[in-house]
Amino acid sequence: MTDTTATPREAAAVRPLWHVVLVRPETMTFVLLILGIFIGSQISPYFLDVAYILKSFTLYAEFGMVALVLTMVIIAGEIDLSPAANMALSAAIFAFAQANGVPMPLAILIGLGAGVLMGVFNAFMVIALQIPSIIVTIGTLTAYRGLAQVLAGDQSIRVPEWYIGIDKVMVLGIPLPVVIFIILSIVLGLVLGLTVFGRQIYLIGTNEVSARYAGVRAKRIKAALFILMGFMSAVAGLMTASRLGSVRYDLGLGGELQMVLMAMLGGTYIFGGRGTILGTFLAAWLLVIVSTGMIVANWLPATQLCVLGVLLIVSIIATNFIYSRTQR
Amino acid sequence: MSTGDKAPLLSARGISKSFAGVEVLRDVDLDLYPGEIHALLGENGAGKSTFAKIIAGVHRPTKGTLILGGQPVEVTSPIVAQKLGITLIHQEPISFPDLSVAENLVLGRQDGGPLGRVRWAEITREANRLMDLLGVRIDVTKPMRGLSIADQQMVEIARALASDSRLIIMDEPTAPLTPKEVATLFAIARRLRDEGRTIIFISHRLEEVRALCSHVTIFRDGNKVATETIDRMDDAEIIRQMIGRPLKEYRHKRTTELGDVALKVTGFTRPGTFRDISFSVRKGEIVGLGGLVGAGRTEVARAIFGIDKPSAGTVEINGKPVSINAPTDAIALGLAFVPEDRAAAGIFRTLSVEHNITAAVPGKIAPSGIISRLIERTLSSESVKKLRIRLASLRQPIGELSGGNQQKAILARWLLTDPSILILDEPTRGIDIGVKAEFYDMIGELAAQGRAILLISSELPELLALCDRVLVMSEGTLTADLPRATATQETIMTAAVPRRTEGAAA
Repeated sequence: MTDTTATPREAAAVRPLWHVVLVRPETMTFVLLILGIFIGSQISPYFLDVAYILKSFTLYAEFGMVALVLTMVIIAGEIDLSPAANMALSAAIFAFAQANGVPMPLAILIGLGAGVLMGVFNAFMVIALQIPSIIVTIGTLTAYRGLAQVLAGDQSIRVPEWYIGIDKVMVLGIPLPVVIFIILSIVLGLVLGLTVFGRQIYLIGTNEVSARYAGVRAKRIKAALFILMGFMSAVAGLMTASRLGSVRYDLGLGGELQMVLMAMLGGTYIFGGRGTILGTFLAAWLLVIVSTGMIVANWLPATQLCVLGVLLIVSIIATNFIYSRTQR
Repeated sequence: MSTGDKAPLLSARGISKSFAGVEVLRDVDLDLYPGEIHALLGENGAGKSTFAKIIAGVHRPTKGTLILGGQPVEVTSPIVAQKLGITLIHQEPISFPDLSVAENLVLGRQDGGPLGRVRWAEITREANRLMDLLGVRIDVTKPMRGLSIADQQMVEIARALASDSRLIIMDEPTAPLTPKEVATLFAIARRLRDEGRTIIFISHRLEEVRALCSHVTIFRDGNKVATETIDRMDDAEIIRQMIGRPLKEYRHKRTTELGDVALKVTGFTRPGTFRDISFSVRKGEIVGLGGLVGAGRTEVARAIFGIDKPSAGTVEINGKPVSINAPTDAIALGLAFVPEDRAAAGIFRTLSVEHNITAAVPGKIAPSGIISRLIERTLSSESVKKLRIRLASLRQPIGELSGGNQQKAILARWLLTDPSILILDEPTRGIDIGVKAEFYDMIGELAAQGRAILLISSELPELLALCDRVLVMSEGTLTADLPRATATQETIMTAAVPRRTEGAAA
């Protein structure tokens, strides 16, 4: 071990463990979450009703699922702003198909396939044509939403009775969407944290050139992420359709910002290379707690929006600050 | 050349500087006299650049005073320095590439209010006058973009003249220049000296220091260790002072027989960068690739490794023709490439040393697809021991290590792939002299293990010390293939310098 003893000029000292834990951005998310629960419980005694919080979470579970994948996209150094529009379009295609006599299983497959295709299109524009993903997905965000409106018009398309109410299905007393969100978090957390695929996402996001030189197939991995994004958006879109009982073109409107908010609040670094699934998982709960708290406290919807906006900015500043402190 | 009777232009007294609690400059006293060219020498991190930047107002000293022309001064910013007549000329000049040369020349000088008229004719006339003073032909109405680095440096020097600087600091100005451009720069520097201006010249190249400077100051570990007139120190003494001990002449000794041809490149062409490049490297052989910066050496290496596509040409590995379309293919064929620009193409700055070392061997750390922490830790700590990488912890971000140790980690990454062919692009750039010797040993050892090595280097002594054969490129073509016996600094440079200027440089 004498070989690795460093002189002060050559290497910085090892940081104490508490420092390492404290500067993890998820730590901030976790503290905020505890703080939110505490404040909420002071505002209203009903707030601490677990069933109520779980029920509230079903409103966010679809966005949360997509935010988990979005976290991986952001770590890889890209962004996707089209998922909420993708949710609306794939749900509209599904609803339109079944309303026109396509059997339900096939209609579901068509909806999911449409989502995947939308992901493929994003991937093609970003990777093959080398257009910045923020531009591409602002474009497709508008286009997918527009197509949904063309297809569905201004009306709601009904879905069959048996398909309605995924949020009412209980597994061990927990609503199904919440269960799906938790299982997905565990699976993606393991993928990102333990597999070569996950490791290479971090490598690409930290330095794509170095990653390519080291033999990482950066384009392939990014394409896979955009396509996974499309698939997950479609799943979320179909789940939302079940929860609402009908599909309109404005399904999930503005959801992309909630998803970005979850990733940012969870400590994902907007310039790539850093972030965790755990962070986004905690942030999704934090968002539900904060929103529910504001509803319980009877705040105006407009005020609630302002709070979310401030939260987004503060979270970005905080992560940037933490990361700039940990690497001088 | 006696300067004892003159008053110093600038005196530094007790200058110290700390960055984040780490002292990088300790109690430096130095007098600079009018009309001298004063070299600052030292290893990377010795403090010479920090000292120069303190004089130029880029950094503020933690302690100490600067006395300019007998008056204590506070150089709080580069603008203040400029007003005091001190100019720092950067190695790669920072300018506004889309503004014209003339506009760049008058930059930072404000006459008239924000709504005042820009006097274009006057600016152009003034710019032309300055260029005439320097005796260089540059169209001052052209944008900076498109000027060679040498010409950009001239513009910086012209700026120094425009504000009538008495002290001009040149921080490694010659590194990116061709010999002919260096000659022009030196002629101008001598003229400025003769006008009574003082020049601080920072360089790693002893022969240049000897050719240009009258005085030399040597830094080591943040201390000033010597100030002398140049003729009172020989090279060996200067190096001894720089590294604190004498440096053995390194000479790689071949211990094994050369094997079969491992890498063979035929007719490699990429329009605009290189054409018709053919060569081969045998197992156990170290082949040097020399030439000037911009000759196309790195581009050839990138094309072999599958990063760029050549438009024509073939690669054979161990006698079999192969097609390499991406680095992944190259790695699978047993190639490794340590790139020139460590920060841009080598390291993952914020990731741990461990992750950096294992980045190219996913199959080894995750035999079943799931990364095994145990294997990863074992592999990387073995590498750290073997290459004597100095670090505090494997989990430390690699950006916290020194340049030499970062480079060792990159080499460690490639050694884990057990490559049969290594391409090393300027592997010792920005590395201290002491660590360089370690690298030379390692490269020699790799060749002795029967690996084929292609070593791209701009340092002639390095090529001569290590290589069995030296290839030379000039302007995109291979101009020489020199066996060890005939390779000298002269033969390499003769082949490296483009034909039309051969007479001027030789």
